[in-house]
Amino acid sequence: MQALSNRKKVLEQKKMTLVERLYLPAIFQGMGITLRHFFRRKATVHYPEQKRSVPAVFRGLHVLRKDENGAERCTACGLCAVACPAEAITMEGGERKAGEEHLYREEKYAVKYEINMLRCIFCGFCEDACPKEAIFLETTFAPASYDRNDFIYGKDRLVEGFKRHELVSPITTLKEAQEANK
Amino acid sequence: MTLLSLLPTLILIVALFAVTMLVALYSTFAERKVAAFLQDRVGPNRAGPGGIFQPLADGVKFFMKEEVIPVASNKFLFVLGPCIAIMCALMTGIVVPWGDTLTLFGASIPLQIVDLDIGILYVFAVVSVGVYGIMIGGWASNNKFSLMGAIRASSQIISYEISMGLSIVALLLVTGTMSLHEIVTQQHGMHWNIFYQPLGFLLFLICAFAETNRTPFDLPECETELVGGYHTEYSSMKLGFYLFSEYINMFISGAIMATLFFGGYNFPFMDNLLQATGSQNLVTIIGTAFLFLKIFFFIFFFMWVRWTIPRFRYDQLMNLGWKGLIPLGIFNVVATAVGLLFFRN
Repeated sequence: MQALSNRKKVLEQKKMTLVERLYLPAIFQGMGITLRHFFRRKATVHYPEQKRSVPAVFRGLHVLRKDENGAERCTACGLCAVACPAEAITMEGGERKAGEEHLYREEKYAVKYEINMLRCIFCGFCEDACPKEAIFLETTFAPASYDRNDFIYGKDRLVEGFKRHELVSPITTLKEAQEANK
Repeated sequence: MTLLSLLPTLILIVALFAVTMLVALYSTFAERKVAAFLQDRVGPNRAGPGGIFQPLADGVKFFMKEEVIPVASNKFLFVLGPCIAIMCALMTGIVVPWGDTLTLFGASIPLQIVDLDIGILYVFAVVSVGVYGIMIGGWASNNKFSLMGAIRASSQIISYEISMGLSIVALLLVTGTMSLHEIVTQQHGMHWNIFYQPLGFLLFLICAFAETNRTPFDLPECETELVGGYHTEYSSMKLGFYLFSEYINMFISGAIMATLFFGGYNFPFMDNLLQATGSQNLVTIIGTAFLFLKIFFFIFFFMWVRWTIPRFRYDQLMNLGWKGLIPLGIFNVVATAVGLLFFRN
């Protein structure tokens, strides 16, 4: 019968030679290989001290951009929330009042804007959906926390200008987290 | 015998206990480091500089863990198992000559706790009792995986003890004595037994792997088939004792191998150093250091093999033991006897 694919392999079952049956040469060969790995450079990245360099297009934590005058670009249109396959984004829109022109670029703005980082799958669809070029995914990772509520990022941690290197959980130990939950 | 004359022996016993524990403690750390290095990782490095307090952290963790004794188990035997395992592991070290004699305060102290005439037989006897620790623990757990592990351990140790004994018989033909101290003394001046008994050493080495339940012969605790083998039901420090006794056994079998085949505390240019300095104490201390160097090499070798070779299948293990090693052992005994008959003197 003709083979259906070229991946067919004929199993060879020839008798082992004496050297092969002794096993010892093969064992020493294997030990030589492992010993070479012993002295090889290690692949480990010592995480908190060293960080892997990520490409510029890496999809990490979100940021809500401001325009050149420092006003928020987001108009709370909700297209990002619609595009989000994980349903991680919620927002509330509000109307800009007189005198707030330097804060918000257009008449409508997001009063509340929350991303649940535990739901988020960092696909970047929100970035694609945004018509105002407001939301972007940056190269920072979400930091760990003992408290689930800590992963719901509000505007305080999303709007541009927030210092990302200070982005550590306010609750640092398990004990503190348990006390905060009481 | 006065109490004062017992003092050096008592100090030696305490020192041996401490050293054995320390070496076993750091073997666990070394195991993790060696495993990591062989796999291109760096291993534990957070506790203390370079991670050297990791064993302490592990030890504390063992003590803090909840102690579970299964309801359906035989409680007395369940506790007895790990006790026997660690006790036997700690007992073997007393016949090993850890060094030559030290002269302190006018008294010459041999660095060996007892020099038994039947030294090597004593080691065998105690090691064989050690397997009862595994068997009793595995049986008393009332768990089929533990029982399987225990059965495997006992059958494996019985099978491999025969070929180990045969390799020792050939060695005894060469040395003519069972006292470990005399065996070491005979190897003085690079007359190491490895040169006279290469096949015997190979057999002994392979059997040592089986006796200490190390990969490729770690079927008693085979995680892939038996959950955890004989210590499936054990937790907290009782598990710690089992794991610890494995590392102590590794240390002791390294010491026995160094003593029997690699000249014990003898090292090259020993006599030259003694002539040059005239200090027996210095030579003794360097000799002990050399012995430990040999032991550490063997411990490293055990780990190196563990992270290279996969586990044997059970029938392969028995095939190797009964059809491979025992005939080779018998051949080695006969060849040694014939060689001695024709070539001695």
